[in-house]
Amino acid sequence: MNAPATTKAPDPSRSSYYVDDALYRQLIADFSDWQDDARAVADVAVRDEFRRLLEREARLLDQLRYEDWLNMYAAECIYWVPSTPNAGDPRREISVMFDDRRRLEDRVYRLRTGFAWSQAPASRTVRLITNVEVFFATARDDTRMLRSNFLISEFWGDEIRVLTGWAGHRVVRDGDGWKIQVKQVNLIDCDQCIRNPSIIL
Amino acid sequence: MTALEKIGSPPSRLGGTALYDWDYLVQEDRAHRLIYTDPGIFEAEMTNIFGGTWTYLAHESEIPHDNDFITRRMGLRPLIIVRDSAGKIRALYNRCTHRGTTLCRWDKGNAKSFQCPYHGWNFLNTGRLRGVPWPEGYADDMRDPKYNIAQVPRVESYRGFIFGTLNTDALPLIEHLGPIAPIIDEWLDRNPGGKVAVCEANRFKFKGNWKLAYDNSCDGYHVAYSHRSLLETENRFAGENAKGMAYYRNSPDTQPMYMRYTGRGNHFKDKRPNLEQRPGGLWALESAHPGMEHYEAEFIKRYGDRAFALLDLAGSEPVNINVFPNFSLLGNHIQVFEPIGVGETNAIWYGTMIVDESGRLGDATGDINALRMRTQEGFPNFGEVDDIANFEQIQRGLMAPEDEWVYMHRGLGIPGRVKKHDDGSITAPATDEAFMREHFKEWKRLMKAPANLAIQREP
Repeated sequence: MNAPATTKAPDPSRSSYYVDDALYRQLIADFSDWQDDARAVADVAVRDEFRRLLEREARLLDQLRYEDWLNMYAAECIYWVPSTPNAGDPRREISVMFDDRRRLEDRVYRLRTGFAWSQAPASRTVRLITNVEVFFATARDDTRMLRSNFLISEFWGDEIRVLTGWAGHRVVRDGDGWKIQVKQVNLIDCDQCIRNPSIIL
Repeated sequence: MTALEKIGSPPSRLGGTALYDWDYLVQEDRAHRLIYTDPGIFEAEMTNIFGGTWTYLAHESEIPHDNDFITRRMGLRPLIIVRDSAGKIRALYNRCTHRGTTLCRWDKGNAKSFQCPYHGWNFLNTGRLRGVPWPEGYADDMRDPKYNIAQVPRVESYRGFIFGTLNTDALPLIEHLGPIAPIIDEWLDRNPGGKVAVCEANRFKFKGNWKLAYDNSCDGYHVAYSHRSLLETENRFAGENAKGMAYYRNSPDTQPMYMRYTGRGNHFKDKRPNLEQRPGGLWALESAHPGMEHYEAEFIKRYGDRAFALLDLAGSEPVNINVFPNFSLLGNHIQVFEPIGVGETNAIWYGTMIVDESGRLGDATGDINALRMRTQEGFPNFGEVDDIANFEQIQRGLMAPEDEWVYMHRGLGIPGRVKKHDDGSITAPATDEAFMREHFKEWKRLMKAPANLAIQREP
């Protein structure tokens, strides 16, 4: 992405230099019409590798292990919860959540201030991740697209509720493993009123 | 409690016999818990308030073309807000005149007519009944106007904001808004061309009474506490506590910001005087948002001296402009409160983007709006969630029957603190609860008033 050419890239935890028009255009392109049977990865071992990655992410979030969870993400990452079922252009549409690395760290920081009343006491969650499918991304060999369904049982206040939908992850090769570059969370009721949307999905 | 005063058509569940003493329930310095918890009072509000006064319905940009519609509510009435085939904006009851079925189940769309999914009665989007299946089965004339869809008799717009009321005696909308209208003008006119369009929303639901949200809308007292997680987060790198609403942290009443009550339940929190009055003064206050460093550098490169004035357009306007009972302009949002039940409310934060028909922003509009989407997501995500948690906990606290009162007397009785002005408006320091005392006077007036309500049908 567009790091200034002069010196090394600024720290994405401190400066938001990489959310630019090119990033938005790439996001829209990558998250449109990507669940294409012709690009699906059939290899069970590959699918199992990514299934384990997604299960680990779910477990770390359930355990509130935010540092470990953030370490699963590329330095320049996006966490995106659209407010419409077909995820319009985020340049012209408010999202339920749209975080770069810094805002994602803000989100974690806020939850830990001790004064985030919406999470005091914190929700207890258990996440089920299923129907994992892997797709090749167009024209980029080091990138894969993952689709999974999720069901988050959240105990908060005095009741259990369910948040559900599907997620699209864009992952990029990182040494022997993979890092999450983009997580798009599609709540099935994303365009409706949601009670206390304060956990990380 | 003393005798019930006539409240228009008494809610049916009360049978017109229950007694409410409104002067007891709402006093100068305190309000009774029942006004937040009593189903009978809620039911009366759904006619006397949401019906008896102007209620915000929608923004014109949500139905830009003929035959566009959206579904909304006025109180508990399901409505279809439509721009009919002739371009007229109407608020139709989303209710078939035959058996009461809702006619439209979609949030938005474009339709010249609505056909009831139950027995197939078909209505034009003017509300007129177009036809029914097998009309020979009816002895009477189905062209009788009583079969046309009910509609809100008075629907008026102020600069794109559509309001409606059932009260045939209500003042024209512009007079009802009164001194808050030029404040709305300022909110719009800071954008070149003076026009915005709605672009989706952050949508919340909470288990609490709708008034908890309106009581909060001009409240400068809660910020340092309810939003402590936000203030700490947005200042985690700002050593001097300079970002966002940091000006609330220490002695907020010594800041130049103030609250102003403008009448008829409407009020205004003006935090703009806290800012440095220069291009970029607003932008300088913005906490961290995705893309801000990139766009700032890009704007300086592209637009030179104009850059900071442009960036201010993506900044969150530091005002709360509240029109009783359900409308609030804050930051760049249009916030709307929708009562669902006595203990359940939707609070919807519609985002806005700039519509620059004048072309004065040139090629900057798209980037300003892209940045403006991200700044608008900040407060709902990191601020509103905590307020709403507190609203829910108020509702819970108010379930204690014996501890009856909530207090709203901050600032009351301190000489010189609350100022009355020649135009009838009232100003006070930012943490004062004068706004709440005043909007409850309006609430009480409406609850007592024998409202002259009506619906209308096409002839």
